[in-house]
Amino acid sequence: MNIYKHEFKMNFKSVIIWSLALSLLIFVFMSMFSTIARDAELLNEMMAKFPEELLMAFGMAGIDMSTVLGFYGLVFTFCQLCIAIQAANYGFSLVSVEERDQTADFLLAKPVRRTRILTSKLLAAITGLTITNLVVWISSYLFINMFRDGRAYETKPLLLLLLSIVMLQFVFLTVGMLISLLVKKVRNVTPYSMALAFGMYVMSAFGGMLGEDKLEVITPFKHFEPNYIISNAAYDLPLVLISLSFIIISVAGSYMLYTRRNIPSAV
Amino acid sequence: MSIIEVNNLTKYYGKSRGIVDVSFNVDEGEIFGFIGPNGAGKSTTIRLFCSLIYPSGGYAKIFGKDAIKHGPEIRQEIGYLPSEVYYYDRMKVIDLLKYSASFYIKDCTKRLYELADIMELDLKRRIDDLSYGNKKKVGIVQGLLHQPKLILLDEPTSGLDPLMQQKFFNLIREENKRGVTVFFSSHILGEVQKMCNRVAIIKEGRIIKIGEMKTLQKDNYKKIRVAANNVDETRFSVEGVSNLEKDNGAIRFFYKGDINVITRLISEYEVSDVTIEEPTLEEIFLHYYE
Repeated sequence: MNIYKHEFKMNFKSVIIWSLALSLLIFVFMSMFSTIARDAELLNEMMAKFPEELLMAFGMAGIDMSTVLGFYGLVFTFCQLCIAIQAANYGFSLVSVEERDQTADFLLAKPVRRTRILTSKLLAAITGLTITNLVVWISSYLFINMFRDGRAYETKPLLLLLLSIVMLQFVFLTVGMLISLLVKKVRNVTPYSMALAFGMYVMSAFGGMLGEDKLEVITPFKHFEPNYIISNAAYDLPLVLISLSFIIISVAGSYMLYTRRNIPSAV
Repeated sequence: MSIIEVNNLTKYYGKSRGIVDVSFNVDEGEIFGFIGPNGAGKSTTIRLFCSLIYPSGGYAKIFGKDAIKHGPEIRQEIGYLPSEVYYYDRMKVIDLLKYSASFYIKDCTKRLYELADIMELDLKRRIDDLSYGNKKKVGIVQGLLHQPKLILLDEPTSGLDPLMQQKFFNLIREENKRGVTVFFSSHILGEVQKMCNRVAIIKEGRIIKIGEMKTLQKDNYKKIRVAANNVDETRFSVEGVSNLEKDNGAIRFFYKGDINVITRLISEYEVSDVTIEEPTLEEIFLHYYE
């Protein structure tokens, strides 16, 4: 419990900043909804002129911007990217920060098992991500209803969208953790998490553009694509299962690697 | 009873050598010195005791239990002071120490304040505002606050001013009087000489000598200087003489063996001055490193 508390405290500021940023993002975008929705005819016409590939790349193909969820789906895509970066950040730094700052010697010389250390750290990170998650839920609900301009929307697809955040967070958190344990030393977390999150995002975008199916197997952004969830009011189950297997493999692999890891010394 | 039992302990980092076939025992209540230059494998050995790293071969037992298998249990009773101290920069000293104390079953609060008082540590400051010497003090308090039965010191005095070093050594001696075993790694021989009962000398990952401080110093070597007219140093090239050198009409050498042989040799000359001394550990050490 002491490690959990300590870790949570160390992360708390970052959690608050990410949560507020996401809340602001949703607020700003949703506040534009009524204006855009009113000119939706025009906008849809304009978008129809763009090449199909480009729209696909940005996940905007087949979106009706005049509907609440159509528009929110677009906003949600950006949220997903931010959430992924945050989760990957926590994943990459989970163990590596102690080694980079050389505090690992302090912690690991204490009478605790490494499995307990990793579990506590993981739970603390999950707690932080869940706080962000809740803020996104509340902000989404609040700002959608604040700015929906009297237009109706279905609750189920929205709920499914919001629920998918948990899985997305877990994938990036655990994959980040696994990669950080596979490499010898993570000097700086940001390049890693950016590379992972943007890499996956671009892969998802290009996959859409090229109509390439194989890529969608790899990238979690495809597993939880807002368009699919909104238009089908359901998850693409086989793809979700791929994400789930990523999580299981990463967690198992991380525990295996961490309990066998030689902690590099300061000098 | 052996507090530390090391048997053929070996550690390779990939292909590069850490330590090779290291074996020794440390008994209860000892202050055991572990000396060698940088890179000889001192830290590697201590890090293996704390299971910060895992051995490539052999084993280390502490309190009679395998250091890896029973790691957490053993570490309840180990106090470890690493050579380089790094702590969570954003924490206050007192919060770090309380965090440290929270890992132990015992209540450490009283001892925490006692130690902070002895080491003159300002508890309210943030870690990143501390000088290196002050961080080192945090390390000392952190390593001793749970009153461990075994203290592992890895070059503990670097960064401490002489006054603090003195306080630190007194603290360690007091702990030792209470029956605490101390494993003291250092490359500063003077402090090992002052503190330790027994020493092991490590070179390029291998133990090259283990012995009582006293026997290392006394029974083996004498440091002899003879000042005499027309002294012929070749005459002194007998068995047991080493490091023979001549300067300003005097000769100096180390001698191991029957002291009568050498005194007879010396008496052949018209001697103006003779000194026969115990070599310092430094000199013994250099001898082993040749």
